[in-house]
Amino acid sequence: MSSSGTPAGGDAVPGPSGEPNHLRRFLAIWIGCSVIATPLVAILLGPLLPPGNGSDAASGQVTDNTVLLSMATPVLLLVVVYLVYALLAFRQPRGAALEGPAVRGHQSLQTLWIVVSGVLVLTLAAYGTVRLETGYGAGSGNGPKPLTAPKGEKLPVQVIAQQWAFTYRYPTYGGVETTHLELPVGKTVELHVTSLDVIHSFWAYQLGVKADANPGVDNVAFVKPTKIETFEVHCAELCGIWHGGMFDHGHVVSDTDFESWIAEQQARFAATTKALPKYSTTYTPEPLERGE
Amino acid sequence: MRRERFVVSATGRKLAAVILAVVALGALIGLYVSSWATAVPKTIPGTPSGSSAGAPTTSLVLQTDAAVGPQESPTHPDWVSYLVKQNGRWVRSTIFKVPANSVVHVTVYQFDGDSGLRNAFLSAVQGTGGGVETVDGKAVTHIDPEEASHTFVVPQMGVFVPLPGVEDEAKNQCEYGPCDPATMAHRTIEFTFRTGKKGRYRWQCFVPCAAGTYFGFGGPMQTLGYMDGYIDVV
Amino acid sequence: MSATTADAASRPAQEKPLWRRLIGFNLLTAVILGVGGYYLGWWIGHLVTEGKSFEYTAATDENDVALLLAYFFGVIGFLIGLGFANYPISRLLGKPASLREKEEHGIGRYFGLCTDHKVVGIQYLCGIGLFFFIGGLNAMLIRTELLHSQPTFTGPNQYLSLVGMHGTMMMGMMTSGILGPFANYFVPIMIGARRMAFPRIEALTFWLLMAAGFILTSTIFFGGFPTGWTGYEPLNDQAVMGMDSYICFFALVGISMCLLGLNMMATIITMRAPGLTWSRLPIFVWSVFATSVLMVLAAPMLVATLLMAAFDRTIDTSFFLPAGGGSSYLFENLFWFFGHPEVYILALPGFGIVLELLPVFTRKPLWGYRLAISGMLGVSLLSFFVWQHHLFVSGINADLRPFYMLSTEIISLPTGFIFLCVMGTLWKARTSFTVPMLFCIGWVFNFLIGGLSGVFLSDTPSDTTTHGSFFVMAHFHYTIMGGLIFAFFAAIYYWVPKMLGVNFNEKLAKAHFWLMFVAFNSTFMPLFVLGMEGQARRVNFYEPKFHTLNVWVSISAFVLGFSMLIFLYNTVYSLIFKREVALQNPWRSKSMEWQVATPVPVNNFEQIPVFDSDPYDYGTPLVIGDTRVGGAQVQGG
Repeated sequence: MSSSGTPAGGDAVPGPSGEPNHLRRFLAIWIGCSVIATPLVAILLGPLLPPGNGSDAASGQVTDNTVLLSMATPVLLLVVVYLVYALLAFRQPRGAALEGPAVRGHQSLQTLWIVVSGVLVLTLAAYGTVRLETGYGAGSGNGPKPLTAPKGEKLPVQVIAQQWAFTYRYPTYGGVETTHLELPVGKTVELHVTSLDVIHSFWAYQLGVKADANPGVDNVAFVKPTKIETFEVHCAELCGIWHGGMFDHGHVVSDTDFESWIAEQQARFAATTKALPKYSTTYTPEPLERGE
Repeated sequence: MRRERFVVSATGRKLAAVILAVVALGALIGLYVSSWATAVPKTIPGTPSGSSAGAPTTSLVLQTDAAVGPQESPTHPDWVSYLVKQNGRWVRSTIFKVPANSVVHVTVYQFDGDSGLRNAFLSAVQGTGGGVETVDGKAVTHIDPEEASHTFVVPQMGVFVPLPGVEDEAKNQCEYGPCDPATMAHRTIEFTFRTGKKGRYRWQCFVPCAAGTYFGFGGPMQTLGYMDGYIDVV
Repeated sequence: MSATTADAASRPAQEKPLWRRLIGFNLLTAVILGVGGYYLGWWIGHLVTEGKSFEYTAATDENDVALLLAYFFGVIGFLIGLGFANYPISRLLGKPASLREKEEHGIGRYFGLCTDHKVVGIQYLCGIGLFFFIGGLNAMLIRTELLHSQPTFTGPNQYLSLVGMHGTMMMGMMTSGILGPFANYFVPIMIGARRMAFPRIEALTFWLLMAAGFILTSTIFFGGFPTGWTGYEPLNDQAVMGMDSYICFFALVGISMCLLGLNMMATIITMRAPGLTWSRLPIFVWSVFATSVLMVLAAPMLVATLLMAAFDRTIDTSFFLPAGGGSSYLFENLFWFFGHPEVYILALPGFGIVLELLPVFTRKPLWGYRLAISGMLGVSLLSFFVWQHHLFVSGINADLRPFYMLSTEIISLPTGFIFLCVMGTLWKARTSFTVPMLFCIGWVFNFLIGGLSGVFLSDTPSDTTTHGSFFVMAHFHYTIMGGLIFAFFAAIYYWVPKMLGVNFNEKLAKAHFWLMFVAFNSTFMPLFVLGMEGQARRVNFYEPKFHTLNVWVSISAFVLGFSMLIFLYNTVYSLIFKREVALQNPWRSKSMEWQVATPVPVNNFEQIPVFDSDPYDYGTPLVIGDTRVGGAQVQGG
């Protein structure tokens, strides 16, 4: 009586008189909803998705999120519509104690599911890899040796994370260090993120950049800001008491504004810049160990 | 639910006793945890001191101690700490209340020796009135990073004030707080800054002065009431 | 202590007076010896750290060595007091082997070392429930603080400690959340055994967990810990003494998990009754098996990592401190090598519960039994190959990222099998919406959302914005709380009538479900938005633009907490006052545990049963008057 074999499905055949073809109904509802929802998501919702279009990395992520959301919509609808349909259509009548059909599986349906979900998953993985590498890391920290880097001139900026503030160093401008990040619009920036003490994470939201700051490590991220705007910088890795308070606001400004700003910073901090150690991708300042 | 008088069985009564004990214990623990979670140093208001440059001025008088002493901190007498003067007495609190859109005048009696800054950039004075601080009467725009003993930094206001340390060979150094500016070796640093909108702004020290901890940033450097605090602009 | 009480509980004619009964190996002795051990360890620690190498303890007024030794000796004392050393010592002294310890009747056996797996199951249910509520209280405090965009109620240190305690308590306790209470209680019965393979170890895993929970809550006396549940170095090294409580907690939990998994595997492999082949095993037992494999292999990694962290904190090694030649990445990798299988340890039992309960309430066999098993084993295997997706933006070798993106995407495949099995079982079913069924349906919806959000996180470009943000928080709360905890409550409402012999009030239970489901989604759905919009995790400052949404989330969280109070009220009311006697098989399940009497007799079965099929023989016509057709037959022999 207890077969674990694979009897024929019998689902596609209309049931006894009066019983609707549930499979056809469910598929119709699901496909209908997907056909309506997926283009809405892809075309209307997509461009509005975070993190916005403040940089090439951010815009790339908006595209990726759109693709992911568009692929997720039919899957979400499949399960949710199915759940609602099955729970409404196949109920135990009040007061009854009926049994359902003793169907234990359906080989071809299982195979179809495995194949389709396998294809979906592999496609996503391939898509993600392509986007990651053609996007030069897509705004994420690539470690000291990125696989790919944008060609052409890049503005190197070092982000120094310490407990509990970010400071920024411009090696091509005399190694001047500043408290705020200002970047010229339209130029590719090569960020070198490092930490002086514990693990922090540099997260410039509107630029779509997140790179962990590890002590003794140079974490490289690439970004090209495309809009003149103010962006939020938050620490994204718990680093102690003021992790939540470790934030500031950076600015993407025009080329000329940037040049005048950096000149002003160089002038203001001339004496302090001399006291700074030589620019390097990592630092290990004193004191290091227990005891002063 | 119908209101009936239930006969509670012996098992039921035993269970009731256990559950009651657990609930009572749980409530006590809950109260304790809640009171622990909300325990912060008390807020010390700055002292109004007239007005300058068209804005009301409030003054704060602080001191920094190498070891705050058993009187101010029974559990951690060896921790460095800031103290604030209130009504002529030194109090261990780092939450200060000042009015909005005003000038705050801060005097710091610096009793600790130097540790040196891990990031020498923070030896520059920023965000203060005139862009300077007065060290023992002399106005400076930056200090020697090796001489830094503590800093007073309010990142959200852009206020960076490095505090130079007492020399190693100075006589009459303060051992345990509260320290007395009249008799013990110290540096006096004064600066002003303007407050803007209302809110809670955090401030911290950036010098690795917490002895015995990794990078000097543990212990008192990570505990409210010692080397970190709030400026409540009201 | 009169013998003429209203209820018919029989008492022995001569009874020892209370004070005599308190002497011996029990909880009171355990607490006394535990406290004694604590002070012994503390004293030894201070003795040991008097040398020059430990000067930092004087400068910081903190002595990690003393605290760690204090906890160590305290736990040893606690376990000795409970009587765990008695059997090994008696065997060393040549006494014969024995299996039973303290299985007399009475409520006292729930407060000590008892080798009856059913008692251990109930102990686990109460103990884990207690710490679940403590973790929940921490969450309420966290959400209270997040009502404002700046720190307001709690101090920043305490806030971080609350965040850490909430996460650590939940992760440590709920890993054994289903295996502890329900696998311990029901796996032997489901496989036709009288006991677990190692009953004393079973009891040990419970008491280790209780000691651990107590140690974690004691962190508030030592300054708390600032690292969150992940305990990252080097912040770990920098932290005050409260960090040692975290280290001890997870070390004990790791040992408990490893032993629990080992016990389960040994029981399932060696103690199945005649006729119970692997292909007839209930799916819940398969999920327990898959989880146990992970527990045994992953938990020791955690213990070893924390031992290294403890060395860094006390004797100046530099495993994880770059300044001394170590690497912060080493900790991250070691932790997540444990951490990722850990979250599948949390998820797999949820799969098992839902797949086990659905056939009962749809009156159909489980659809795709073999597919479900391959799904679970696939998840188990793959869970060891994905951990670096937690480190996508941390600066790991860039060559590795595509591989981990692939492996993480692939692990959603076996997870999808489970969903197909759920959907297949619901097709043309006869669904009754009992409370356990409602929680199972809640599971399906919540885990779907959680799983789909995981696909976003596994895509490295998308992960750049969402890593370390509230999006991740929403993802894991949907899978762990929306998944595991809903399954946990399904299991409670399903099995507690069998365990305790009393029914829950159905109206209150349904109110609990609906309020919990709505409040849960209301609390965690907005977090996806908050994370995508830029709010980081573990913060007490956030941009003012997030204020309204945070207030909404906090209020929903309070309602969610209130729904738990409904559950508590239901428990107290049903257990103490109403005490409506439960039927032997109220759900008309064909599984073995429902074929035995309620409450389950001490030896489980009069005779060991012989199995002739799996317990999913639904869909066959009922024989009138007998609810025990199909499934397991109890035969002589």
